[in-house]
Amino acid sequence: MTFLIQQTLIYAVPLMIVALAGVFAERSGIINLALEGIMIFGAFAGVLFVNLTQKAGTFAEAKAAGDWVALQGFMLLAMLVAAVLGALFSLLLSFASVNLKADQTIGGTALNLLAPALVLFFIRIIANQNTLQMAEGDSASWFMIKKSFFGYGRSEDMGFFGSTFIDKTYLATYICILLFVVLSILLYKTRFGLRLRSCGENPQAADSLGINVYKMRYAGTTISGALAGMGGFVYAMTTANCASTGDVAGFGFLALAVMIFGNWKPLNIAGSALLFGLFKCIAASYSSIDINGDGVFLLAQLGISPHFYRMLPYLITLIVLAFTSKKSRAPKAEGIPYDKGQR
Amino acid sequence: MKQEFGKLWRKDSTKSVLASLISIIIGMVVGGIIIVIVGLGNSNLGISGAMEGIRLVFGGLFSTGRNAAGALTFGFNSTNMGDMLFRATPLILTGLSVAVAFKTGLFNIGAPGQYLMGTAATLMLALGIPSQSVPTWLIWIIAFAGGMLAGALWGCIPGLVKAFLNINEVLACIMTNWIAANLVTWMFDGSNFRNLVENTKSGYIYKTSFNGVQTAKMGLDKIFPNSQVNGGIIIAIVIAILIYILMNKTTLGYELKACGANRHAARYAGIADKRNIVLSMAIAGALSGAAASLYYLSGNTEFFWSTYQTLPATGFNGIPVALLAASNPIAVIFTGCFMSMLDIVGLQLTNLTAYNEYITDVIIAVIVYLSAFSLVIKMLLNGRKKRKAPVAQEAKPAPAAPPPDESGAAEGKGGDGV
Repeated sequence: MTFLIQQTLIYAVPLMIVALAGVFAERSGIINLALEGIMIFGAFAGVLFVNLTQKAGTFAEAKAAGDWVALQGFMLLAMLVAAVLGALFSLLLSFASVNLKADQTIGGTALNLLAPALVLFFIRIIANQNTLQMAEGDSASWFMIKKSFFGYGRSEDMGFFGSTFIDKTYLATYICILLFVVLSILLYKTRFGLRLRSCGENPQAADSLGINVYKMRYAGTTISGALAGMGGFVYAMTTANCASTGDVAGFGFLALAVMIFGNWKPLNIAGSALLFGLFKCIAASYSSIDINGDGVFLLAQLGISPHFYRMLPYLITLIVLAFTSKKSRAPKAEGIPYDKGQR
Repeated sequence: MKQEFGKLWRKDSTKSVLASLISIIIGMVVGGIIIVIVGLGNSNLGISGAMEGIRLVFGGLFSTGRNAAGALTFGFNSTNMGDMLFRATPLILTGLSVAVAFKTGLFNIGAPGQYLMGTAATLMLALGIPSQSVPTWLIWIIAFAGGMLAGALWGCIPGLVKAFLNINEVLACIMTNWIAANLVTWMFDGSNFRNLVENTKSGYIYKTSFNGVQTAKMGLDKIFPNSQVNGGIIIAIVIAILIYILMNKTTLGYELKACGANRHAARYAGIADKRNIVLSMAIAGALSGAAASLYYLSGNTEFFWSTYQTLPATGFNGIPVALLAASNPIAVIFTGCFMSMLDIVGLQLTNLTAYNEYITDVIIAVIVYLSAFSLVIKMLLNGRKKRKAPVAQEAKPAPAAPPPDESGAAEGKGGDGV
């Protein structure tokens, strides 16, 4: 059970934060199809930062001394770098869709093509292979929170709560959850949030009240890019051992599906992200899931092909969308370039 | 003469071609800039390495390797030319697939999935039917038809959910892509189509020539010796012409385009919009399936079956092919060749310099990015601001029938000449 919850969280949290990234863009009126590309780019930026910092030896002492506070700070710094570069990358999308009034779907697709191409081009030149990894050690030994940090011994038990939510988890998971809550409040309970959302519903009306629609759309897309970039790095760190391969296996698109399934509302999105996280977790580790802890690996014993489990998240997405699409309500003005002269 | 030129200049199609050419040039310049920056920052490459890289990006098709002194040599290279045509075959067809959907107002990003399903059906039929009892030409036709059918059925799924449940087709296409990737791996995993004879080929399916099935060369191997070219390119061109006729000269084509221009208006005019959306996706899927069929039926290509983590790039590259061609089926032939030329350039870069083939993907992505606002470029060419903002690529229902040869020739020039 502990294992199941931890694994689900690991997959659900990036989905959640990237889906929120989608909400920020779409609520401001820009369809951000580029989430996948921004994730790839953010993951690359974060991993490259970790790699270079390790090579420079900046945190080598802290690592040797077991100073986990410094190491967590290092991780936060990497997350920040990923977020900043993700935001910068998303400017390409906002420039095309706000200033040049381009087709947002095609613009997003272009970014999705650009990110893996650029990332692989640089990875090949930097590392002479198709993956960029940490310079030394692995993601778990550098960034994972362990019970020894809190003075527990190797064989001591932290209790259900401790061993599920503290031992062998990543701080990034909780940072993302915190950010998710804070940003949801920002979007729904502040003046800025109201203005942003109005630009996605009726930009003409918003403009007539003195809101700068262009600025708001830039703000929405930039926040979106920052969150997606960070989500990409968190995904790479927690599930791919901090390696960047120019690929996040359709995670950005899954996040879009989560967003639509969650009806563009944070609470629903959190719920559906958990659901999809569970399926992703089953797909990744079905053979080692021991649900009630009695040593019986139920899913592995069913004898269903692993390919079926891998297909499941995407299949479920399609089916779930089929059932919920009638009720879903997208922001009214999303995808339509804002034109001041139009009424 | 001057008057004629003015007339040509005012034509919408001329501006489309110009906009595409500008996109191509900017894309290649961006690629060149990246090459220079990387070259200057990397001690292995330096400025001379960067210059070599740039020369290959623009003239890679005519590269003939290095001479004894280590300098790059250029000239007519029949292998490169033939391979370009060979690789253009699937790109033309996936480009047509995306273009047909564009005309109906749909964004077919599902081409990779349809391509994979087409691959699976084609390979299973081509390898599964015993060539002792059935003549190989018949197997070829069955496998080709099977590939198209599988692609069409797979394309129907996003079409159906779009038409009847109003799910965004982009999302549905992405999901069907990944489902197809897993499904195809599942189908081949444990099957006896896997190549277990050659030890080095552990992840691959047999070539179709293993069963004696392969596309006829149609004399093209005489023109381009030492290359993989075969009759597939001719079939692809014929299909492109058929699609042109379908879209521009038949009632069905008109109805499809009407749905793309304004779905509600089309329904008001008595056109079955839902049926047309499904049909358009089915045609698009069939074209992607045909792309896969022609590529794998060539007899010298192998399919890596454990593909659940990656989608075929050929499918995605159909998008830039269609965008550059402004969804004109005839122009797709030339933009398809241009894209495959970039492929060849990438190979030459990898083989001859320290750069790698991904730079050409960057160029392609930049071109797609620019074609997202090709209407803006066109507007700049017009030199006056239009009141209405460009809504979408497919907003123009009936483009003034472009002189196909002319647009194509210019496109081709943009590809090879620069």
